[in-house]
Amino acid sequence: MDDPLVIAGESFSSRLILGTGGAPSLESLGRALAASGAEMATVALRRVSPDARGSVLSVIEGAGCRVLPNTAGCFTARDAVLTARLARDALETSWIKLEVIGDDRTLLPDPAELLDAAETLVAEGFVVLPYANDDPVLARRLEDAGCAAVMPAGSPIGSGMGIANPYNLRLVTEGAGVPVILDAGVGTASDAAIAMEIGCDGVLAASAITRARDPVAMAEAVRRAVEAGRLARRAGRIPRRLYAHASSPAEGLADL
Amino acid sequence: MKVTVNGAPAEVPPGASVAEILAALGHDPSGRGLAVAIDGEVVPRRTWSEAPVAAGSRLEVLAAAQGG
Repeated sequence: MDDPLVIAGESFSSRLILGTGGAPSLESLGRALAASGAEMATVALRRVSPDARGSVLSVIEGAGCRVLPNTAGCFTARDAVLTARLARDALETSWIKLEVIGDDRTLLPDPAELLDAAETLVAEGFVVLPYANDDPVLARRLEDAGCAAVMPAGSPIGSGMGIANPYNLRLVTEGAGVPVILDAGVGTASDAAIAMEIGCDGVLAASAITRARDPVAMAEAVRRAVEAGRLARRAGRIPRRLYAHASSPAEGLADL
Repeated sequence: MKVTVNGAPAEVPPGASVAEILAALGHDPSGRGLAVAIDGEVVPRRTWSEAPVAAGSRLEVLAAAQGG
């Protein structure tokens, strides 16, 4: 593992986190998880169903992955904090993907409630990974509050619109002292590659993989895209130019 | 006594603990993966077999589900 992703002192050789929402079945999820190479996968907390067959936990843990509970569906800091505490009690992990949604239609985060919840949870010893707006100032505030990473949206959850504002995302990555994980908006593999080329440290993908026509093939595509994007970022891309820059020498050109 | 579990009314023995209520509803109260809130407060797993639940309590019993 020569280029690990390190979050709160934990090393991951994969820079892809799988969101488990949207998979048509646990069997499909298990196969996509294996193909993704992800070492961490999210779960939500919901009312237990007495007739549930199988468990998402056993799929994730059976694949040797870390379970990352989220607070999806919470619209207030109070509900998100309570959900995080319940997740810690249920799953014996202090890691929490903190989501506090501010708008029904876009599911974009509520920055004020998010920061409030992050401060409370950090004080309670949680490792907080907040789903955030692609706002460099909010990202800095979350980092200052003690969050272990920041997870800006590329575009709204499940929209598949990719990275709507690459400039903002770049500012987030340039200013961050903690890992930046692109969360939400990935529609296909190239979106993940672009996020990594911009400077993200990792990508979380859910719908792009679980709702693809072939989730296993898309999981592999996104895995490779994250790796390719990371390699390209480290390799250093050439600058964009308005005009051509000849790749063959002008010197020694024949006079025909 | 009457309590509410995940939004549905339930009849449980008076003075039942959280563990007893979970068992009565067919859940394994020792199993990892469940969390319980009563009236908006977390009931830590280690206390499930201790305190009796008050009549009329509103229990939420949660588990990990696909999401995120």
